[in-house]
Amino acid sequence: MKHTLNLTGRNLFDLDVYSIEEIETIFETAKVMKEINSREYKKIPTLRGKTVATLFFEDSTRTRISFELAIKRLSADVVSFTTAGSAMKKGESIQDTVYTLNAMGIDLYVVRHGCPGVPQLVNKYSNKPVLNAGDGRHAHPTQALLDMFSIWEKRGSLKGLRIAIIGDILHSRVVRSNLIGMKKMGANVVVCAPRTLMPPKIDEVYGVQCEYDLKKAIKDADVVMGLRMQLERQTEGLFPGLGEYTSRYGLSNKMLEYAKDDVLVMHPGPMNRGVEILPEVADSEHSIIIEQVANGVAVRMALLFLILGGKPGREVA
Amino acid sequence: MILLKNGMVFLSDKKKIEKADVLIDKKVIKKIAPAIDVKNAEVIDCTGMHIFPGFVDMHCHLREPGYTYKEDIASGAESAAKGGFTSICCMPNTKPAIDNISTLNYIMRKARDVGKTKIFVIGAMSKGIEGKEIANIASLINGGIVGLSDDGNCIQVAKLQLNVMRYASIYDIPMICHSEDYSLSGDGQVNYGYMSTKLGLPGIPTLAEEIMVSRDIMLADVTDSRVHIAHASTKRTVELIRQAKKDGIKVTAEVTPHHLILTEKACDGFDTNTKMKPPLRSEEDRKALVEGLLDGTIDVIATDHAPHSDYEKELEFMKAPFGVIGFESAFPVLYTSFVKTGKMKLEYLLEKMTSKPAEIIKKDVGNLNEGAPADINIFNLEDSFTFDESEILSKSKSSPFLGMKMWGKIHYTICDGKFTWKI
Repeated sequence: MKHTLNLTGRNLFDLDVYSIEEIETIFETAKVMKEINSREYKKIPTLRGKTVATLFFEDSTRTRISFELAIKRLSADVVSFTTAGSAMKKGESIQDTVYTLNAMGIDLYVVRHGCPGVPQLVNKYSNKPVLNAGDGRHAHPTQALLDMFSIWEKRGSLKGLRIAIIGDILHSRVVRSNLIGMKKMGANVVVCAPRTLMPPKIDEVYGVQCEYDLKKAIKDADVVMGLRMQLERQTEGLFPGLGEYTSRYGLSNKMLEYAKDDVLVMHPGPMNRGVEILPEVADSEHSIIIEQVANGVAVRMALLFLILGGKPGREVA
Repeated sequence: MILLKNGMVFLSDKKKIEKADVLIDKKVIKKIAPAIDVKNAEVIDCTGMHIFPGFVDMHCHLREPGYTYKEDIASGAESAAKGGFTSICCMPNTKPAIDNISTLNYIMRKARDVGKTKIFVIGAMSKGIEGKEIANIASLINGGIVGLSDDGNCIQVAKLQLNVMRYASIYDIPMICHSEDYSLSGDGQVNYGYMSTKLGLPGIPTLAEEIMVSRDIMLADVTDSRVHIAHASTKRTVELIRQAKKDGIKVTAEVTPHHLILTEKACDGFDTNTKMKPPLRSEEDRKALVEGLLDGTIDVIATDHAPHSDYEKELEFMKAPFGVIGFESAFPVLYTSFVKTGKMKLEYLLEKMTSKPAEIIKKDVGNLNEGAPADINIFNLEDSFTFDESEILSKSKSSPFLGMKMWGKIHYTICDGKFTWKI
C-alpha cells in the first residue's frame, strides 16, 4: 500500500488545504471503490450505522444523486434536505436548520448552497465534518477531484500535462477548485473565455495562463475541458449571444486538431450540446464525459469512507 | 470644578503635547498651566496619562428611529463615550429617514436627554433618501443639521445630485457623498480583484467609487458648493481629490480606520465582520490612503460606525448586511498601527480626529484650549488590551478588529464638563 494518511474527521471546503499525498490517497481509494461499483452487488458494509445529511439549498440533480448513491453503497443512512418545502421557506436560518439536524445525530454533512462560505458555516454550527458539494461560484472540490481522478486514471499523473479549460470561467466553481487541484498536482493550466467572463487577476490567484483565443488555448493540450454556457449571461450584458459564442469558443472537431492527437475531452455537465461543445466532440473517442460521471460516485465514496474513519488504500475490500 | 493633574496635554492651538494641569469649570476649560492649585476641585491624577481633546466623528449610524435592535441613541452614545468621542454626527438613513423636522427634533431631544456625547445630525439630500426629489433642505438646515447626505443610498441620477448641490450651495454646509455607482457595484460583496476571484464572490470594482467621486467633484465645482467624500477607499479616489484640491475645488474627504489598516485579504474565510461598503481594498489602495492622509489630501478620519445585530451578521456572507462598528476601537487601533510604529505623529493623528472634522461641520468642538468646551478624553498609551467582544458597549459586536492587541487604553471621557466614561 502506497499511502497511510489519515483523513478521519476532515472537512472538505476546498482543495487548498489538501496535500498532494492526501489527494493521491483519495484517488487510490477511489480506484478501489470503482471496482466495487463494477460488481453485481454494489455495496459494502463499512459505514453501517453512520448517518449522512445532504443539504441542498440549491437545486442539483447529478451531484445529489451521485452523493446519495455513494452514501448508500457504503451502507450509511442518508437524509436529504432540499429547500423546497423545508422550514427554510418559513424563514428558518442556516444556524437553526443545522442545530435541528445535529440534534438528530448526523455524522457528516454534504452541503450545496448558492452563497460562498456556507459549508464553513454548517461546520461551525454542527462541529461535524462537511463535504462541500458546491458553494456559489467559490468551490466544488468533489467535482474537481473526480475530474482530476479521471485524468489521473488515464495518464497515471497530472504532472506536466497541458490542460485547457474553456468557457464561463467567471461564474464557475468547478474551475476554481480544479485550478487549485490541478496546479498542485503539477499540471500547466490555461483558462480561456471572452474577457467579460474572466475573473480579475485569475493568473495571479492561481498561477495559470489566461487566454482569450481558443486556438492558442487548445494548442498542444493534453486535456480540453468545456464549461456550461448559460443563456442568462446574455441578458446580464456579458456576451452578445450563443451564436457568436459558439463560433468563437465552441469545441468542434476542427478546433481539436490544434490539441494533441490523444487529447482527452471533458465536461462537468450538464452539457449544452451545440453551444459550448458540438455533438461530434462530446461523443467522440476523445470524450471521457460519461466516465467522469461514473468516477464521481467512486470519488465521493472514497471521501466518505476516508473521512468517516476508513483506512486508506486497498484495505477497503 | 475638575482638576486634571500632571498629564501630557495636547494643546490644540499649539498642536503640541506638553506636561500641564487642566482645570475644568462647569462646561468650559478654564485654565491650562503647569501646577494649577485650586481648592474644592475634584482632582484626577493623570500622571503617566495623555489628555486629548474629545474625538469628533463626522460619520456614524445610530439606527434610531427605526432600527433600534441594531443600535439606539443611548447605546451608540455610550459606545462613543467609551471610545473617547465627545461629538458624533449621525447619518440620516433611519426609518423614517432624517428628511423632516420632526424626526430631526426627535433625535436632537433624545440626544440631549441621553447626554453621553454631543450628537450632531446629518440631514437627507432627497426625500426618504430615495434619490427622487430634493428633501426640505432649507428647513433641515434651519433646524440645525451639520451636513447633507443620502449616505448608503448614493443619488444615482446626476441631475438630481446637481440640483441638490445647487439648491444647498447658498448655505455653507458640506454635501457628504457616499460615492458609488450601483450599476458597477451591483450585487458585489468584496473588492473586485484578487479576493473576489479567490472567494468566488461578486466583486465591487474601485471604479464604482471613482466614477462617482469624479462626478461629485465636478458637480461641486460647477455649483460652487462644498463636497465631502465619505470613506475614500481607493488609490484613484485619493488622486482625484488631490487634483481637485489643486484646482481649488471645495472638496474635503474622510477615511475610516479599517480602510487604513486592513485589506481585502481580511475577507478570506468569509468572516462577515470584514464585510462593509466600500469594501476593504488592495494593499496598493491602502497604501495610497495612508499617503493621502499624511499629505493632507484626506482631511479627517471617520469611523463609519455601522452597527448591525449579531443574528444579521451571522448569516451567509452574501446575505449579511454591510457595515462594522468603529467607536471603541478607532483611536487604539490607529495609535497602535501608525503612531506606535513611527509612521505618523500622535499630534497629527489627533488633529485628524478632532479639530479637522470640527472645522468641516463648523462646530466649536474638538479643541483643547482655554475657553473651549470641556470635551476631553484621557488615555494611558502604555497600557495594552485585547479588543474583545465582551467589552464592547455598542449593541453590535461586529468589528474586523476583534482579537487584536491594541495600545492606548481609555481611562476617562469628559463631555461638557461631565464624566461620560470612567474606567
